[in-house]
Amino acid sequence: MSGSPFLEQLKRAFAIAKKDLRIYYKRGPVVIFGLITPLFLFLAFSIGRNMPIESLFTGLLGMTIFFSSMSIGPAIVPFEARSRTLERLVSTPVSVWALFIGDVIASFLYGLLISVVPIVIGLVFGVNIVSPLILCLGTILAAFCFASFGILLSAYPPTDIPSTVMMISTLVKFPLVFISGVFIPISGWGRIIASFSPLTYFTDLVNHCTQGNSYYSVFVDFAALIGFTLLFLVAAIKIHEKTLPERLS
Amino acid sequence: MEPAIEVKDLTKNYGEITAVDHIDFRVRKREIFGFLGPNGAGKTTTIRILTGVIKPDSGTAAIMGYNILKEPLKAKQIISVVPEMANAYIDLTAWQNLMLIGELYGVLKEERQERAGHLLKEIGLYERRNQLARGFSKGMKQKLILCMALLTEPQVLFLDEPTSGLDVESARLIRDTIRQYNKDGTTIFLSTHNMEEANQLCDRIAIINHGKIAAIDNPEKLRMKSSGLKSVEASFNKPVSTNELSKIPNVLEAKKKGDKIRLYTDEPHGVINALMDYARSKGLTIISLNTLAPTLEDVFIKLIKEHKGD
Repeated sequence: MSGSPFLEQLKRAFAIAKKDLRIYYKRGPVVIFGLITPLFLFLAFSIGRNMPIESLFTGLLGMTIFFSSMSIGPAIVPFEARSRTLERLVSTPVSVWALFIGDVIASFLYGLLISVVPIVIGLVFGVNIVSPLILCLGTILAAFCFASFGILLSAYPPTDIPSTVMMISTLVKFPLVFISGVFIPISGWGRIIASFSPLTYFTDLVNHCTQGNSYYSVFVDFAALIGFTLLFLVAAIKIHEKTLPERLS
Repeated sequence: MEPAIEVKDLTKNYGEITAVDHIDFRVRKREIFGFLGPNGAGKTTTIRILTGVIKPDSGTAAIMGYNILKEPLKAKQIISVVPEMANAYIDLTAWQNLMLIGELYGVLKEERQERAGHLLKEIGLYERRNQLARGFSKGMKQKLILCMALLTEPQVLFLDEPTSGLDVESARLIRDTIRQYNKDGTTIFLSTHNMEEANQLCDRIAIINHGKIAAIDNPEKLRMKSSGLKSVEASFNKPVSTNELSKIPNVLEAKKKGDKIRLYTDEPHGVINALMDYARSKGLTIISLNTLAPTLEDVFIKLIKEHKGD
């Protein structure tokens, strides 16, 4: 071991992320929940409705990044527990936090890469991005936030059945999409419920970047996304730490 | 000299069942230490505690002086494990599996590439390094896992049933590799069912049953310590009754083994004389006559039986 222990562990987290990306990006649940589901949801919301291109862009980008960033994360731990590779990882000199940060990094990179597709589609169809820097920073932050959420969803129950985790994560993801105003603007009491979803703040940021109007200020959107990210990350690591012995026994 | 592994009062319960029950032992540096026991004796649980996979309920374990609970990363940095269940990543190639392990242990890129190439050549998998482990046979997977464990050049190597279910050639290759790395200074902790393997490889052996250590010693001393396990084996030109032979003075037990009769005794010399007298009196011809030292298997079964009786 050389250098600071923190950086050394971070390097090992990146090695885990590289492994995750090599193995899991083409797995059935990842393709279904990361690519096909947002595409179909987008079509279901947009076909036959006369919506401005900016609103469609917000919806497509929001859903794509939300679903793709959360598609790999929940699948990794149950798959690895079942194939007993998790046991091997735990016996290596990698901290529990680095092990799960590695999974978050893989989900984050996958979500970020996939989110390029709707951005390119938006640009091709003439979406005017007035604040490209804010959109870039917001997309990066949102991808990391949703990736952390994905790892949190796999923390409990400590099962080795991937379909159980995917089912639970679907139960959580769909309501969050509906309350976040991705396609349908939310007003009144719905706003209070929407404030509990991290996707709301990303949608609001994209609206700011493309339409110039947003419900919250950019500062609030970023602060909320950072807050949710920290909450998901800390909760994911703490719960995984607690449930790991049960998963390995 | 500081031991390579030091275990004190280690206990692990799974609900009502005590998998490991207040065990103590020390493994010396550079030795091959065998851990023998029947299924469910606590071998794998002990290895999983020593490699930091699970935590004990009480007791301590240290690897090269590093407490596995207080300094897990330092302890894990100097060990490697070949687990009982094959667990290479089947969706990665052999090469990618090795590189991953190298990265997880902080081995520099050039170094891990050089070591991986050398190990794969040594174990006969170099030509298949770019194939997914999914297509490997059990023996090839086990060899790959051994390579993954050796890539980090561990000071202590844990092997849990490394040759179980392998063909003779693969098992021999793995045993030879273990011997070679031990010769180069690696301490080996070997859990096995295979008495012959333990006898051939180990400097010392611990026999564990129901989570408790029944005996620790070197294979030869374990054999010599076991009274009543020496035997005289004879074959005759005609069938003889084991009942009659068991009445010979100093014979503890008579057993038929194929066309031979084995007589267990503490006094082989006296039994041989009595057997000659018996053959003369019955008009029998002795075709073969041998004295046998107890096998490790005999010792193992005896200790396990004694332990059950405690």
